[in-house]
Order: sequence, then C-alpha cells, then structure tokens
Amino acid sequence: MITLHGATKRYGRTTVLDDVSVSFGGEGITALIGPNGAGKSTLLGLVGRLLHPDAGRVDVDGRDVRSTPSAQLAKTLAVLRQDNHIVARLTVQDIVELGRFPHSRGRLTVADREHIDRAIDYLSLDEYRHRFLDELSGGQRQRAFIAMVLAQDTKYVLLDEPLNNLDLRHMTEIMKLVRRMADELGRRVIVVLHDINFAATYADRIVALRDGRIVADAARDQIMRPDVLRAVYDTTVDVREIDGRPVALYYG
Amino acid sequence: MLTEPTSPPDVAVVTTPPTTSPLTPRAARWWSRWWDRRGLRIALLGVVVVVLAGLYLLTDVPGSLAYALKIRGLTLAAMLVVATAVGVSTVVFHTITQNRILTPSIMGFDAFYLLISTVIVFTAGATSFLRFDPLVLWGIQVAVMVAFSVVLFTWLFGGKRRSIHLMLLVGIVLGTLFRSFTEWMQRMLDPVAFQVLSDAGFASLTRPDRTLLALTAVLVALACAALIPLLPTLDVLTLGEPAAIGLGVSHRRTVMLLFTMVSVMVAASTALVGPILFFGLIVANLAYSYAGTFRHRFTVPTAALLAVICLLGGQLVLERVFAFTATLSTVIEFAGGMFFLTLVLRKGAR
Ligand SMILES: Nc1ncnc2c1ncn2[C@@H]1O[C@H](COP(=O)(O)OP(=O)(O)OP(=O)(O)O)[C@@H](O)[C@H]1O
Ligand SMILES: [Mg+2]
Repeated sequence: MITLHGATKRYGRTTVLDDVSVSFGGEGITALIGPNGAGKSTLLGLVGRLLHPDAGRVDVDGRDVRSTPSAQLAKTLAVLRQDNHIVARLTVQDIVELGRFPHSRGRLTVADREHIDRAIDYLSLDEYRHRFLDELSGGQRQRAFIAMVLAQDTKYVLLDEPLNNLDLRHMTEIMKLVRRMADELGRRVIVVLHDINFAATYADRIVALRDGRIVADAARDQIMRPDVLRAVYDTTVDVREIDGRPVALYYG
Repeated sequence: MLTEPTSPPDVAVVTTPPTTSPLTPRAARWWSRWWDRRGLRIALLGVVVVVLAGLYLLTDVPGSLAYALKIRGLTLAAMLVVATAVGVSTVVFHTITQNRILTPSIMGFDAFYLLISTVIVFTAGATSFLRFDPLVLWGIQVAVMVAFSVVLFTWLFGGKRRSIHLMLLVGIVLGTLFRSFTEWMQRMLDPVAFQVLSDAGFASLTRPDRTLLALTAVLVALACAALIPLLPTLDVLTLGEPAAIGLGVSHRRTVMLLFTMVSVMVAASTALVGPILFFGLIVANLAYSYAGTFRHRFTVPTAALLAVICLLGGQLVLERVFAFTATLSTVIEFAGGMFFLTLVLRKGAR
C-alpha cells in the first residue's frame, strides 16, 4: 500500500497539501479527482519522490520513499506525469526501452526485450514502433507513454491525467486498457481524472481532493451524489441513473 | 476537463537530407542497409579521421619528414584532445541541461580564462607572465575555472528554481562583467603587455606545450573513461528530470558528477589552447542528425569524431589550400556564431 502520514506541502505561504493522511494502492483502480489546483499532481509528486513533504511522510509498502534507494523504488512504482516534454527526438521503441531501465540498467536482456514487446503489443503500438513521438497523434503518444510505464513492470502505476488531449474514442480506449492492466496484470493503478463519469465507470474507489485536503474517499456510488460533487467542485452537478449506473451531468 | 495543449517535442534542428544515390536500385538498397548500421556510420567517421590525419602529417612536407612529423604530431595531438573534449562535453551538457542551443561556454569559461590571464599580467607584469611556469599557469586556470563553474552550476541547478533561462542570463551577465573588467584592466596596460594578452585571447592549436598537452590529454581521457559507464544513464536523462527520477536515477548527484566532468574537460582544453566558444554547438547538432539516434553511446563518439574532422579538415584546407596560418579558430568561431544565430532565430520563429 501507498500511505501518506500527515503529508504537507507548502509553496511559500500557500499550503497546497494540508496534513493529508490516506492509504491507497489496493487491488484495482483508485481514481483521484478534484478541481484544478486541488493538489492532485502534488500528491503524486510526493509519492513519486519528485517533491519532498514539508511535514509528514510517504510510505510505499511500509518503507519511507525518502530513505528507500531510488533505483529500488523504480521497480515498485511507476509514475506517468501530466506533461511529458522531451527535447530530443525519440521513437516509441526508444521510450519503452527507457522504461525498462530500472531492470536493465541500459543492457537489455532477452527478458527485457520480451517485456518491451509485450508492452508495445498491449497498447497496439506495433505499427508505430519506429515512429518518432512527434510524428504521432496525441492519443498515440499518450499510449506510447503508458507503454513505457507498463514496461517498467511495477506493482503500482500512477497516472496523472492520462486522458489529456484525447478524443472520446481514445479516452474510452485508454480507460479500458487501464482496467485490463489492473484486472489481467494485477497492477494497482492510481489515476487522476477530471471526467468523473470515467472515474465512476472504471474506478473501484474514488478519492476527492479539494484545496489540499481529502474531502471524500469512498466507493463510486457514495461519491456520485450531487451533494458530494458540489462539495468537491463547488458547482451544481446533477446525477442521474442511466441503465443502473450513476451519470453526472455537468454541462450546464 | 482541462486540456493543456502539449507542444510537440522539439525536432532536432539539423536534418541531413536523405542520401539520394545515383546508383542502381540494388546498390542503393545495399547502401541504405549499410547506412542503417549505426556502428558502421561511426566507423566511417573514424576512417575519415585517419585519412585526414595521414594527409596532414605526410603531405606537403617542406624539409625533413622526421622534423615535420614531430611538429605536426604535436599539433595533431592537440587537435584530437581539444576536439574530443569539446564534442563530448557539449553533448553531455546538452543532455543534462535539456537544451540543444547552448554550450558549456555559457558558464563563462572563456571570459574567465581571459580574466585570469589579464589579472596575472596586470599584477605580475607581461614579462613575468611570459616567464611564468606554463604548468603553474595552466594549473591555476583549470582549478579556478572548474571551481567557478561548478559553484555557478550548483547555485543555478542545485537550488529549487532551476531554469535554463536563468542560467543563460546569469552566464551572459557574468561573461559581460568579466569581459568589461578584463577590458578595463587591459586599458591600463602598456602596449607590449596588451599584445601578449591579445595573443592569449585567440585559440591557438599550433605549438602546444608538451607537458600541458600530456596533462590535458590525461584529464580528458580520464573524464571520457568515467563517462562510459554513465552512457545509459545519460540516455535516461534525455527524458528530463522527473522521468529520470521516476526511473530510479539519482538526478542531482548524477548531474553534478557529469557537470564536473564537463567542466574539467572544457577548462583543461581552454587552458591549453585558449577560448573555444561555438565550435561544440556545430558538432553536437551535426552529431545528433548524423547518428540518427539519441543514444549516447552513438552521439558522444560521433560528436568527438566530427569535432576532430572539423578541426583537422579546417586546418588542412586553410593551411594547405589557402596557405593561411593561425586563422582556424577565427573561422570556426565565425561559422559557429552564425550557426548559433540560425538556431536561435529558427527556434524563435516557431
Ligand atoms: N512549483 C510551484 N510553486 C508554487 N506553487 C505551485 C507549484 N506547483 C504547484 N503549485 C500550486 O499548488 C497547487 C496544487 O497544484 P497541483 O499541480 O497539485 O494541482 P492539480 O490538482 O494537479 O491541478 P490540475 O487539475 O490543474 O492539474 C496549485 O494551486 C498550484 O498553483
Ligand atoms: Mg495536475
């Protein structure tokens, strides 16, 4: 499990994560929702040891991330960030090979190559394997990055807004893939989502963040309620039952 | 949902045109398969270097071959060492700072070199500057340059707000400051002392001091050897700091280590031959497109070999074809400066 013990992060005098204690990373998918600036990326940053908490602690499987050797943690935890800008030109194959670095240290074994091929195959990227990332559509590029974290072969996979820039079809495609990763490969996925209907459809548990605090944490049916969503997003959200599933209407 | 348009990854700036070959289809296919073998591409550069070196050493010998070999051998060795240092350090610097239009000289190596020389001439006088033990002078230059650049880099990169733009700005400001200070001191010098300094201000590859050359070669070789095990890590650093940390690289430590190697190489070769500014920029960018991959085990040796070819080829053409002497560094700096402008303008246009 990934556990935050009173984790606090401040920038100057603004507290962007305020004494957060939560534990996630159980089987299946946990969705992290909340308005812009709520502190979702900051929380993932603390877990992924990109940021250091000003107070509190983050444990992965009972070990403090700050005292665990980084190279070792990289075999347990993979993070896909919200934006991935690369200066050099890399192909899909290149970045997936780099995703294997924690295991290969740059020398790919036969087993490493199998992992790489499987990840590329899993995201149906075979025909784009040798394309440069800047020659791909946003959705294909996003898939390439997911293939990269998949090749890292970690127990925990943290995805920060993987649906960014995607059209309807690709959003659904990616979420189905994430679901399969959780069900078939046993990955424990923590995913930041803005579209709460996707969260409600695919996640097992939803954690809602607002102003650096956790305001809701429950199974999806407890979250998909107008009063809860209003508390999270500070806007009126209508929730209807369609085919036995709660669907949020927030288009005005 | 919030969508932040991600800008497309930067395209490598120089692209070699695809090799169009006037050969038969079969020969063309053979050629393209051969060209795809990256190791062979590097080997080809190696062959070019050997041929150029042979031409440089053995053609157009005015008197005794042995004497010519002795003199030219030294210059050739200086070129090899300096070119390797410049090519390798620029590629590494590009990767650790996540940009492709700067060279380590932005950290003010050249300005600092001139400043140190000027301070010595100013305080000790031109005659003692010339009589100064070159070894001591070189040692002081290298030590001060490395110390200074590592402090600057730590300050700009070790802190919370690390930014290329800040580094560029600080580099330019400090460079200008050093240069004005140098100029101000030079104004107060007598003409002879001034002349001595002007000579020090241009890179000169001819007649290097043997001991210094050997020392520089050792330093550069050590840095290169230390770099070899880090090549795969450099590949990961290409992804940027967050991704590299996610993949288990201890980012700060690795980058500091790499930067120290870079500054040792640049400082040693600057102290040996004088300021070399833009040269690394050309060869590094040429290397990216020639190597056709971001993998450092290809780009690093390619940049080093291309640097040797540029220096050696340039020297050959100028010396043997146009019978110019000692203008190579000026030509290279001019070409490099133009290239830098093109890069900046092209980036700005996008
Ligand atoms: N480096 C920084 N310096 C100062 N403030 C920062 C910094 N990074 C983030 N913040 C602030 O911290 C808060 C939380 O940011 P964070 O990126 O975690 O939000 P988020 O929930 O991921 O939002 P989004 O949905 O827009 O991605 C924001 O108010 C942001 O302005
Ligand atoms: Mg975010």
